[in-house]
Amino acid sequence: MALLQISEPGQAPDPHQRRVAVGIDLGTTHSLVAAVRHGVPECLPDAEGRVLLPSVVRYLEGGRRAIGHAARAAQAEDAENTLASVKRFMGRSLGDVGDTSKLPYRFIDKPGMLAIATRDGEKSPVEFSAEILATLRQRAEDTFDTDELFGAVVTVPAYFDDAQRQATKDAAQLAGLNVLRLISEPTAAALAYGLDHGSEGLYAVYDLGGGTFDISLLRLTQGVFEVVATGGDAALGGDDIDHALADWALADAGATATTPQGKRNALVAARAAKEALSDADSAAWAADVGGRERQVAVTRARLETLARPLIDRTLAAVRKVLRDAKVARDEVQGVVMVGGSTRMPLVRAQVSELFGRPVLTDVNPDEVVALGAAVQADALAGNAKDGAPLLLDVIALSLGLETMGGLVERVIERNSTIPVAKAQEFTTFKDGQTAMALHIVQGERELVADCRSLARFELRGIPPMVAGAARIRVTFQVDADGLLSVSAREQASGVEAAVVVKPSYGLAEDDIARMLKDGFAHAAGDIAARSLREARVEAERLSLATRAALAADGALLTADERAAVEALAADTEQAGQGSDTAAIEAALEALGAGTEAFAAARMNQGIRQALAGRRVEDV
Amino acid sequence: MQLGDDDFTLFGLPKQYAMDRGALDAQWRRLQAEVHPDRFAGEGASAQRLAMQWAVRVNEAYQRLKDPLNRAAYLCEQRGAAIDAERNTAMPTAFLMQQMQWREALDDATDLAAVEVLDEAVLRTEHTMFATLAATLDDGADMAAGAAQVRALMFVARFRQDITRRLEVLDAVR
Repeated sequence: MALLQISEPGQAPDPHQRRVAVGIDLGTTHSLVAAVRHGVPECLPDAEGRVLLPSVVRYLEGGRRAIGHAARAAQAEDAENTLASVKRFMGRSLGDVGDTSKLPYRFIDKPGMLAIATRDGEKSPVEFSAEILATLRQRAEDTFDTDELFGAVVTVPAYFDDAQRQATKDAAQLAGLNVLRLISEPTAAALAYGLDHGSEGLYAVYDLGGGTFDISLLRLTQGVFEVVATGGDAALGGDDIDHALADWALADAGATATTPQGKRNALVAARAAKEALSDADSAAWAADVGGRERQVAVTRARLETLARPLIDRTLAAVRKVLRDAKVARDEVQGVVMVGGSTRMPLVRAQVSELFGRPVLTDVNPDEVVALGAAVQADALAGNAKDGAPLLLDVIALSLGLETMGGLVERVIERNSTIPVAKAQEFTTFKDGQTAMALHIVQGERELVADCRSLARFELRGIPPMVAGAARIRVTFQVDADGLLSVSAREQASGVEAAVVVKPSYGLAEDDIARMLKDGFAHAAGDIAARSLREARVEAERLSLATRAALAADGALLTADERAAVEALAADTEQAGQGSDTAAIEAALEALGAGTEAFAAARMNQGIRQALAGRRVEDV
Repeated sequence: MQLGDDDFTLFGLPKQYAMDRGALDAQWRRLQAEVHPDRFAGEGASAQRLAMQWAVRVNEAYQRLKDPLNRAAYLCEQRGAAIDAERNTAMPTAFLMQQMQWREALDDATDLAAVEVLDEAVLRTEHTMFATLAATLDDGADMAAGAAQVRALMFVARFRQDITRRLEVLDAVR
């Protein structure tokens, strides 16, 4: 007979054992992992005490890799095989990236997303990112001495489109992370800043990183962080300033960088000079190009002349966001500066001038995003018992469909709060038309050619009718991660023809399977072991959540209903102790189906309470 | 409380055009705090699906209620006066003349300042039209008149989009 468990006096058997959930800032230049410990978010250091992990991977002989500091140190000597600033290629084809002649890589054009040839074969930006994420996951597991993280919140630039978000999520899954949520970087920063400073009101977050720029306006009200409007440029950052400075210095030295080493040296020297000029008035750009050491003196004034057009682009985006939000500059109570590039004095001065108030620089611009992600991860893991903050984010870019003449019909407007769904009706162009090609695009321009193509699909089986008689209802849905799905249905005739598309730019399922088989990122065990582990965690999670729900709201059920739900939770828990993945999944499915009505009743109760709360306040 | 309830009922607000924006915003936050998928993070796929449906519904109602024109159109339709903007395009002559003048002014405006002056003028007219609409919907009973005013305001809204687009172009080149 199994022994019965007895808990300590005064301590209920806690279904919410503290779960380790982390926030990860996957940056262009460097990445961080943070977690809430003892109620406070903090960045987790590596064994040498460093919190920043350079986002650099060097592919070595025999499938080995160097990641982070070691890889960055080898950037120049092994430029072709040492990948850096790869975030700029996430969800991008070669054509999207533009001029690649200044970069030391061998690019491969592929449909959807480019790849880079290394001595270890082709590497997609998703695989690269997964290496970084897996390294951070390992760091977190070592820190907490666990081999099972509950999950992670991963940040993306607010201005990342659907392709770039999907690619990021794919990378996290490939790295063996349970993605609790993708959140926007400026939103994460606002969360960390707002909670730390007890701020209320309208705030702007100006986030200029290595490769991306975001500007978000947020309203902070009693633990709710509501994004009012957001904008930016997913391909504008400190790297562009480095390129401009490197180009100028090379021209001044009368040199041309043709080898991978020379190109990398020129960029590394530019970055070093730029960073020195945040404090000093002059610095030296010194690089080995074409086998010769070149040196050029750079003044801060020179750097600022080179950087000004780029900073002006960020200021135009700020003005646009203020217009979108219908907000005057002086209504903004504070401007939080995020991202390493905001250390440049010119950036601080220009943004302060635009808002007519000094910007807030009392946060660490490198760490604040990861800290905010950690707070949200902790809340999603159920650790923050009461008063968990609520993030209400928006999509930064409009979503639409191609119509006749290559024009875009917008279905969901930018700055719509997510999750959001919207349906629109379309009709046929020709008599007897039985199929319709749907082309989904993202962007603000009128012409399809100027927007980003996300997916194409066909709706077939439309009954033949005269032109204009069919009613095709197309529904766009954007979930809380900012990811889109689209469905279409012909409804005039009653004949159904529906299709669901989830644009995926990252990797197909079998690609992921292959990479896992290849021993990707030192992934523990094979695919079967991994699915079993995931199913077990899910079984434990769901049975605990169900019991917690019963404890809180069991009164909504009759005794019989309650017993049925309890039995399903017990079955799931028991299946979770076993090793039969299929059985666990079946139990999970039964639990999900058997608790649907209970979930609906709880939701209803919550809404009624919210409404009642308002009436009480009115009195 | 059901997904199919009308927007006003869902938000527990009186079914009228006049809107206490502060109460609407507070109610939206309160409802999202109950239904948002983040509140059901560990509770499995079916709870997530349900939360998603409710969060989408709450956002949809909020978007409609907070926008004066959409709220007015919704109220007309709820009271049986269809807007039917695509088929019903008849407008008073004076209003059409005004529209033409504005369009010409926008075509002639070459700098930011000129467009901003026009923007200001259109905004003032729009303001007056909304005041009339409010009186029609909340004090009168002529829903057909209300629907006609909504259609006219839709024209104005479209023109203001053109102005905004022009402002963006001029701002980007400066």
